[in-house]
Amino acid sequence: MSLRWSAKAAVLPLLLGACQVQHYQSDFGGAAVEDRQFLALFWIFIAVCAFMYALVIIFLLGGIIRMRRLDANVVETGRHHESHPLMRTTLIGWTVLIGVGLFALAVASFVTDRSMAKAAANERLSVTITGNQWWWDIKYNAADASKTLQTANELHLPVGVPTRILLDSNDVIHSFWVPSLAGKQDLIPGRENDITIVPRKTGIFRGQCAEFCGVQHAHMSLVVVVEPYADFIKWWDHQLQPAPQPTTPLTLAGYKYVTSGPCSACHNIGGTSANGQIGPDLTHLATRKSLAAGTIPMGEGNLYGWVEDAQSIKPGVNMPTVGLEPDQLHAVVAYLETLK
Amino acid sequence: MSSRFRASVLILAAGALTLTSCDREEHHSRAKPIGETVPAGASPPTIFPGNSTPPPLDARAALYDNNANAIGKGQQLFLQMNCVGCHSHGGGGMGPPLMDDEWRYGGRIDQIATTIAVGRPNGMPAWRDKLTDDQIWDLAAYVRSLSGLPSKDAASSRTEGMSAGTPQTLTPHGETYNSDAAQQ
Repeated sequence: MSLRWSAKAAVLPLLLGACQVQHYQSDFGGAAVEDRQFLALFWIFIAVCAFMYALVIIFLLGGIIRMRRLDANVVETGRHHESHPLMRTTLIGWTVLIGVGLFALAVASFVTDRSMAKAAANERLSVTITGNQWWWDIKYNAADASKTLQTANELHLPVGVPTRILLDSNDVIHSFWVPSLAGKQDLIPGRENDITIVPRKTGIFRGQCAEFCGVQHAHMSLVVVVEPYADFIKWWDHQLQPAPQPTTPLTLAGYKYVTSGPCSACHNIGGTSANGQIGPDLTHLATRKSLAAGTIPMGEGNLYGWVEDAQSIKPGVNMPTVGLEPDQLHAVVAYLETLK
Repeated sequence: MSSRFRASVLILAAGALTLTSCDREEHHSRAKPIGETVPAGASPPTIFPGNSTPPPLDARAALYDNNANAIGKGQQLFLQMNCVGCHSHGGGGMGPPLMDDEWRYGGRIDQIATTIAVGRPNGMPAWRDKLTDDQIWDLAAYVRSLSGLPSKDAASSRTEGMSAGTPQTLTPHGETYNSDAAQQ
């Protein structure tokens, strides 16, 4: 391949990236109030800094041109304010301008912080996210214990509702980051952190662990679904239901293996005897959009691959290679697909 | 090229060579495939009477015994599978202590693996169907480390799974247990 071709090939993905309309994972989407505030702050910082930078460059160019015109060997004294009456005023003005610029940035930053803290006070929905190597445990807290919902790796949020997300970790430090919605916040073992999000737009966004947490850190992502309030309540009510009963002989065989075999030692499936608390909740696994914390899309083929040998897809993950026989594998995957 | 320059290049090269020999042991993320004839857990005869010669050590012992990674994963499983419920953190309680040098069913790694896999009378459940062989051997490696049997450099000073409890320094005042207050 010639150099020109490789250059074209390198540019192509960049162009395609620019064509994306949906801000799947982008700070510039403004899909939540917090992200909009951050974006506003970002542009204020850019504007102030760009203005100051331009001034510096203009003065620098002016200085170069001026010195070129002077032909004498000027001795540098460092007492520029004495060299020209205008110079003194300019230097004082320059110093004042720096002060004003820094003050403006401080005020903008303070105001943004304040309005975000205000949003936290209006909390209407509380979610606890616990980081694990390498997946997200998600719990919707409700005053009514029967409404408390446990799920994993897919966060659903109602649009326009201030949601307070409490962050905790089971092992090492992780960081919750959904660029389209808000800034980063760390999940620290034994420490209560939180972040409040008010989504503005419906859509599907991608979150990513933003603190290196081990070999599979890159494969620790989160799907965030922002939907209208009615849809969200419908989703919540559905997720609260126990797992559907197996109906065909094949799914029944899978159900028996999953609830009596090694799967049940780590995974919970609501309404069955599988009640492990170490791995992600599988009660409505098939409704999710991805497997293994966003590593692979949900689908029959990927389910087969993941159940049979998770280590080949996400080496180092705590999901062991069980070594299922083909007939067991067919049954287990058939059963998992019914978990809707 | 000055002799000083040459000497420093030589020293650097020697240093680089030394560094390459600093490999840790290899981490295996899934167990090595084993023959289909080997039963789950470990070799079956683990308790042998009097003067009879013990059976040869299971071949898998070399993979797990003295392996820092296996010990670390075993430690994580020890907490996750609630071994702590009966054995405490090795000190024992409802179940026998694991940090002493007394082994009712043998203290070799394959014997411990068999104990975990098939269970024992008076309460030890069989984990054969709940854990994979790999996990059972990881646990056995950790159990041996509780009584200091593996070499010191294999047992890690840090834990694989960190404690997620609230640190003492963050406990709000008044929540700590006060024995004086309890007596009044």
